[in-house]
Parts: sequence; structure tokens; C-alpha cells
Amino acid sequence: MTAMQHDPAYNFAYLDEQTKRMIRRALLKALAIPGYQVPFASREMPMPYGWGTGGVQVTAACLTPEDRLKVIDQGADDTTNAVSIRKFFERTAGVETTEHTTDSTIIQTRHRIPEAPLTEGQILVYQVPIPEPLRFLEPRETETRKMHALEEYGLMYVKLYEDIAHNGAISTAYAYPVKVEGRYVMDPSPIPKFDNPRLESAAIQLFGAGREQRIYAVPPYTQVVSLDFEDHPFEASKADHDCDLCGCGTSYLDEVIVDDAGGRMFVCSDTDFCAGRRAEGHRGRLSGEDAA
Amino acid sequence: MTPLLQVKGLTKHYGTRLGCGDVSFDLWPGEVMGIVGESGSGKSTLLNCLAGHQAPDAGQVIFDTRSDGPVDTVTMSEPARRMLGRTDWAFVHQNARDGLRMGVSAGANVGERLMAVGARHYGDIRAQAVDWLGRVEIAEDRVDDRPRAFSGGMQQRLQIARNLVTGPRLVFMDEPTGGLDVSVQARLLDLLRGLVREMGLSAIIVTHDLAVVRLLADRLMVMKSGHVVETGLTDQVLDDPQHGYTQLLVSSVLQV
Repeated sequence: MTAMQHDPAYNFAYLDEQTKRMIRRALLKALAIPGYQVPFASREMPMPYGWGTGGVQVTAACLTPEDRLKVIDQGADDTTNAVSIRKFFERTAGVETTEHTTDSTIIQTRHRIPEAPLTEGQILVYQVPIPEPLRFLEPRETETRKMHALEEYGLMYVKLYEDIAHNGAISTAYAYPVKVEGRYVMDPSPIPKFDNPRLESAAIQLFGAGREQRIYAVPPYTQVVSLDFEDHPFEASKADHDCDLCGCGTSYLDEVIVDDAGGRMFVCSDTDFCAGRRAEGHRGRLSGEDAA
Repeated sequence: MTPLLQVKGLTKHYGTRLGCGDVSFDLWPGEVMGIVGESGSGKSTLLNCLAGHQAPDAGQVIFDTRSDGPVDTVTMSEPARRMLGRTDWAFVHQNARDGLRMGVSAGANVGERLMAVGARHYGDIRAQAVDWLGRVEIAEDRVDDRPRAFSGGMQQRLQIARNLVTGPRLVFMDEPTGGLDVSVQARLLDLLRGLVREMGLSAIIVTHDLAVVRLLADRLMVMKSGHVVETGLTDQVLDDPQHGYTQLLVSSVLQV
């Protein structure tokens, strides 16, 4: 755990207080209507769209000086996006940061839910590129809003139908649409569908889309159902291997090409989870070598 | 017997210009009604107002619903009207591209209405889609092709299949044969006539092609400048036109 000095040139967590209030109002509304996309006045952030401007604004609005922040990108703590955002909040908010899921109070994530079960009191903030699950089938925003309002979700199944018709199975592997509390269909951001069952969580889950100016949320213990057909039920899939470093057979895996002769290894995408298991003495197929 | 659709004093203005004015008629179950008139005579406006795509300024459109009997669709709630639009009503656009989803396969286009009313069994949806493609003479092996790979006539037939799959009772058609060459038109008309008779559908067909109404429609309404100038049985109106404009229309048909 490291704490850095808050740069006094910045207001706490970069955003001004009025902006944070505006975002908190949107967050409260989003929590009150699970899965509903609340418009908010997204600000220009000192990073490009697509790097997590929505998530950063939500995190900034939730942070307190006592929080311990964890930032992950595809499950990893040490990738560019995660490192940059962590440094950003170390400098502008001076909060403690951590790589341990269980020690953190706020986790900003891109494309994964941490493997360790989340607990009450934790907040998981997702970075969302396109919040509208119906967007690629119905380009008109006026029409998609009406479809959400009137609960007309037949179109979402058209996408799943197309998957089965062309690939023999529902081939959507990430950003798999879910229905929240029996009402709103929601894009869970591009998390792998392996993570979908874990959207029913004890933690607060907040979704921020900066470019699209939308915030939505899944409160703790909310029902989240992945859409499917009766004869093609939803299946949370992962690579059919064990982790080559920690030997875990149940975690979500990344495939890593290690040479130009077809060599590959599978490793946990959640680096904190994998390191924790190795510290406990678990070993995988390649953990003797220095491939990692 | 109650009429399937009762239209009373339907009026639509675009600013100060008249779209259609004071149109009233009854449509009975199983009846096909043709609306003819020149471009700009208000027939498409009338059809859009009937189908709920545009809000009329005045008048009633009373539809005999399955559950609640006759209900005014102009004042009914939007969810209920949209529900009607994908169950008991169907709308065939002149341009098939307006009525189809061009980005998804033919099967998904037909299945969309089924899924919109709650079908959640892939095998059933696909079987019905294949069945309907067969009924409109599209080969089963084209079920996974996208509509852009189809000819204009096939797209139009696909649109018809997509609309009829939920077993509607009232079909609105806006120039269903427009833009097709005559031999394709003839096949499409043949198909439509068969389906309408076989399913006992009621239909309202807007067209400027008198041959189409002669073939399909039981009854005819002639519009000019937003007003209905003549109504009657199709053969009666076409063989013995009373109004000056109808006489002009009938005498304008080119003879081969």
C-alpha cells in the first residue's frame, strides 16, 4: 500500500465540488432504478475518450480521503491504463492505493470483475464504452429510449438469434446483455460472459460512460439475469485450461503467446488473485520456468 | 357483426395545408379496401394516421381488439398501440428497406416479431421463419442470408412474411408493388391475393396502380386533394366512375 502526497493545485480528486455533486445525484438516481441509463453532464478529463473518462468521473465522485483505491485493466494491476489512472488519483486525491482486492474500498475496473468475492461496503466502478445494448441493432437513440421505457426487448434476442444462426451457439463472449431486476436490459460493459453470474454481488456496482454521458448502476444483491433462449441456455465460458502459474482451474484465463513456434501459456487475467495463490504455495504447469 | 375498423372524421393538417380531411369509413373483417389517388392526394397520410405512425389532428380510428372490443387507437396509450403494431396489425412499406432490418439475416427478420411478443425458443422461431419463407416462395437455404443479398421482389416478399408471421388481422400496405417490374408485380399480387384469402385478412391498400386494386380490393376509395371523392365496390367504381376525377383516373390508364 502506498500513499502519495496530494498535489494542492488540484481540488480533491480533480473534479470541482459542483461537478461531483452532479455526478452523485446521477449515481443516486441510477441506484434507485437498477439498470436504467441516467444522462449526466460528462466533463472533459485529462485523458482521451476510451481510456475510462466515465469510470474516472464516477470514481472521483465516490472517493473520500479514507478510501483505498485499486485500479485494474483486463484484471491486471500493472497495465498502462490501470497504472495511469492509479497515478492520476494518487496525485490529485492523495488516497492510498492497493493491488489487493480484499484491502480496497473502491475498485475501478475495465473489462473484468475481480476473482475474489466482493463484500458489502466495496464499490466496483466500470468503464463503459457504449452503454446502450440495443445500439448496434437500432441506431436511433430516440427509439432505443422508447424501447427501454416500454420494455420492448424482442430486438435484443434478434442478436442472439443471429449468433446461433451463423455460429451454432450464442457466440457473444463479452458485453453479454443482462436483464436487471426483471426490468431493464443492460450492457454490463465488455466484461467476459464468464463474469456475468458474478454481477449479482454484495458490492455496489457503478457504470460510467464518459463519451456517451451515461451512468447506470447495479445495487448490492440485485437480480441480474443473462438473456438466452430456452433451447440455448446461457453458459459462462472460459478457456478450457488451468492457470500455468498458479494452477487454478476456475479463474478466467488470458492466453499468452510465448514464442514464434506455437508456444502459448494460459494465465489468470486477475494478477492479484494469481499472485495471492502463488504466495500460498500453489504451482502451475510453467511456474518453475521464468516465462512469467 | 362489428366492423374491424371504424374511421370517423379523420383529419390531418401540415401547418395550414391539408393532409387528409374528414375521412370516414368502416372496414369489415375479411374485407380488402383500396385507396387510390394521385401523388399528394393524402393517401399515405391517411394510411400513416390509421396505422398510428402519425397523430391525426381530429377524428377517431376505432379498432375491434381481441381482448377489449372496439377501442379508439388514437387516444389509447402508446405501449398498447405499439403492441397492436406488432401483433394484430402489420405494415408493408413501399420500399422494403424501410420495413426490414438490413443488417440481420432473413430468418431473424421474420423471427423478430415472434421474439417481440415473447417467443424464447430458438428452434420454434427458426421453424416458423423457414415455414413463412416457404409460403412467400423464398428457398429454405436463403434463411441465413441478409436481405441485401436479395432481389427487390424477394425483399418485398420477405417483408410480407415478416409482417404476417404473428397472424395479424389487419394489414396496411403502402404501394406494395411500387418499384417492381411487371412480372415480379404479378407474382407478388398473386401471392398477396392467396395469403389474404387464405388467412381471412382485412387489408387497406394504398396505391396509384388501378390494376392492383382491381385484383386485390373489394372496395375502393378515391382521394383527391386530401378528400375522399368517391367510394364503392371496386368493379362498380372502375367500370362506372361518377366523379370527374375518377373518370380522369380511369381513362388515364395506359392500354397495351
